[in-house]
Amino acid sequence: MKIYGYRLPAMSSLILWGILWEVVGQTGVTFFVPPLSDVLVTLYSMIGTTSFTRALTETGYAFIISIFIAITIGIPVGILMGRSRLLDELLLPWVNVFLSAPLTALVPVLMVLFGFGMKAIVITTTLFAIWIIILNSRAGVRQINRSLVEMAHSFGASPVDAFFKIYFWAALPEILGGVRIGTIRAVKGIIIGQLLISIVGFGALFELYSANFLMSHFWAVLIVLFALAFSISEFLAFLERKVAYYAAKR
Amino acid sequence: MSQIKEVVAPQSPAPDDIAVSARNITKNYGDVEALKDLTLEFPRGQLTSLLGPSGCGKTTLLKIIAGLLQPTSGNIEVNGKPVTGPGPNRAFVFQDFALLPWASVMRNVAFGLELRGVAKSEREDVAAKYIGDVGLAGFEKSYPHELSGGMRQRVGLARALAVDAKVLLMDEPFSAVDEQTRRKFQEDLLSLVENENKTFIFVTHSIEEAVYVSDQIAILLPRPSRVSEIIRPSGFRNKGADSIRRDSEYLDIVDNIWASLRNYVE
Amino acid sequence: MVNRPLVLKILSAVIIFGAWEIAGRVPVSYAFPTFFESMAALFRLAMEGTLFTAYVDTLKPLIVGVAISTFIGIGLGLWIGLSSFFDWLVSPIFIVMQAAPLAALIPLLVMAYGIGLTSKVFVVLIMAMPVIVLNTSSAVRHTPESIKEMCRSFLGSRLDMIVKIIIPAASPLIFSGLRLGISAGFIGAILAELKITPTGVGDIITFSRSIADYPSMYAAIFSIIVLAVLFLNLLERIEKFLFKGNDLGYVSD
Repeated sequence: MKIYGYRLPAMSSLILWGILWEVVGQTGVTFFVPPLSDVLVTLYSMIGTTSFTRALTETGYAFIISIFIAITIGIPVGILMGRSRLLDELLLPWVNVFLSAPLTALVPVLMVLFGFGMKAIVITTTLFAIWIIILNSRAGVRQINRSLVEMAHSFGASPVDAFFKIYFWAALPEILGGVRIGTIRAVKGIIIGQLLISIVGFGALFELYSANFLMSHFWAVLIVLFALAFSISEFLAFLERKVAYYAAKR
Repeated sequence: MSQIKEVVAPQSPAPDDIAVSARNITKNYGDVEALKDLTLEFPRGQLTSLLGPSGCGKTTLLKIIAGLLQPTSGNIEVNGKPVTGPGPNRAFVFQDFALLPWASVMRNVAFGLELRGVAKSEREDVAAKYIGDVGLAGFEKSYPHELSGGMRQRVGLARALAVDAKVLLMDEPFSAVDEQTRRKFQEDLLSLVENENKTFIFVTHSIEEAVYVSDQIAILLPRPSRVSEIIRPSGFRNKGADSIRRDSEYLDIVDNIWASLRNYVE
Repeated sequence: MVNRPLVLKILSAVIIFGAWEIAGRVPVSYAFPTFFESMAALFRLAMEGTLFTAYVDTLKPLIVGVAISTFIGIGLGLWIGLSSFFDWLVSPIFIVMQAAPLAALIPLLVMAYGIGLTSKVFVVLIMAMPVIVLNTSSAVRHTPESIKEMCRSFLGSRLDMIVKIIIPAASPLIFSGLRLGISAGFIGAILAELKITPTGVGDIITFSRSIADYPSMYAAIFSIIVLAVLFLNLLERIEKFLFKGNDLGYVSD
């Protein structure tokens, strides 16, 4: 999009929307939408408060554990599936099932089995993230060029060497892509988990603020959450770009 | 005895005999001068090749003649009338075929007519004729992904012929097919030029191809793009498709062109 | 020789369901019924007709939401793809919507629109629309330049370009965007039922949980998952069938 020949940066229309938000908020047309300035002020004041930091740590803690589990289980499973046809044929249908299934439906089961606490939330979030990580890792391994494998053989590489020096890097772009998507899904998963299972962390804040009609606080928390999700996603995209230079030519 | 006429400025046959003329064409992309003050004339009813190394602007010139690109300055005239955009008097054959993958061969060939609003039964009749002409009879209901590269290009060619334009513009039409198919196409092109009363403008980077098929070869050199020579091979055109490649004049011309072009290969 | 992939699929199903059965018998937890118990409950619910009436309730907001998302989503996506101004103006909104955990907005929607059909439809909408819009606009933007040029060279009008070239070329990606959107819509519908008011299948789940009728609860959940998976697989097959020759819409190799 150009104005007078100057290319406008990609997300810059958000500035316009921000102004619109401010204007709508100032007119007070609906109390659900307070002025953006109020929200930002509230945001600023909220950051140091105990309730906020507690929500952040609770949610962050659960989130990191979930991602960690999803990665440490998901990537190896995906890789193994990519390399063993038997395993692939056994597991792939299930991976596809859980990828397309509405995982939200499983949450009641998880609640019943694992109680109303952190454990259930972590498991929910892990489940949201893991399937795409498995699928992408598998895809990354499967597309490794036959000649790379043969080359490794011909130079007498040990299996460990072959894995860490060749296969891992060859599959890395896909794996990173899977982790990025998985992370975004995990963010959705953790919020859904917190809304349904037990009201802790950010879920608790959302419930609290909406129940008490503290709209500015509500939007402030939403913005924070979104900013966090966005930064993580961008960070992973950055890593992906770092390896992208060889991705097309493998 | 060489029958090559080497000229720096093009000779001017009588105006009636010029189907397309390009005058003082300049095309800039930002700082890059793709074409600079290029002037060239294309005689009616003949095949003129634009030959040159990559980056010499030949496809750019072809697209300007087609009306798909606008020159920064200069003008193009087809049959005496100036060109501002695509028109019914010119038809284009694309290097990567540009077929509609979701449409059958019949619809693809008839597509140019469809865009002109010709009624369905009429355009399918016309298309059927040209499908037969290019040797694809029986494949009317096939889809592009079911065809080989050579067959797909023939669909593209049939489509261009079906609209019955006076000028046929071909952008490296045979570069995306295999060598054997390519040779066959070149032979077919010779008979096509003879039988159809059209003007052909043909872009290629293959010297042998240019000398084989052309009545007139314009050699373009890059940076800045300009016409360096115009060659009019004569004398072996009617020797029959198979004998041309052994004709001594043919071989001489090919060698001479290569001699002058090799300095420009990067 | 029997079809090996099929045999393995059945084998893996047997393994998983068998494990379920065993885990239920151990029992892994008092709340974990066996596979057969759950299937029996499923059968009973189906026979009683409760399952079907429940699905009618559940599917209502889903179908309405998906239908609206489809029309508006594809329309918006086309507009965004065709107009660079509109793209600049509107895509960031959808990009944000896609990354943000929109589930958080549910309490807000309930406050604004109550606990009826409207808010449930809205939930489905906010979950399904972003991916449909973004896929459609991306598909339009990535129409191969070559066939667009070809259309111009044969004197196609702007309308010809849109209807005969851009939309058919974009269809495979639009369709797969629809598939993703419906999948997200399913999540939205279930979420709405579990969170807003239990009706339909969500009601069976919450009610059976509250009276500790775990087989019924598992049965209901099993049925949703099976339904969603079957439906999405069907869509995938239709996609493959409709767009056989297309791959990415390129003909040249």
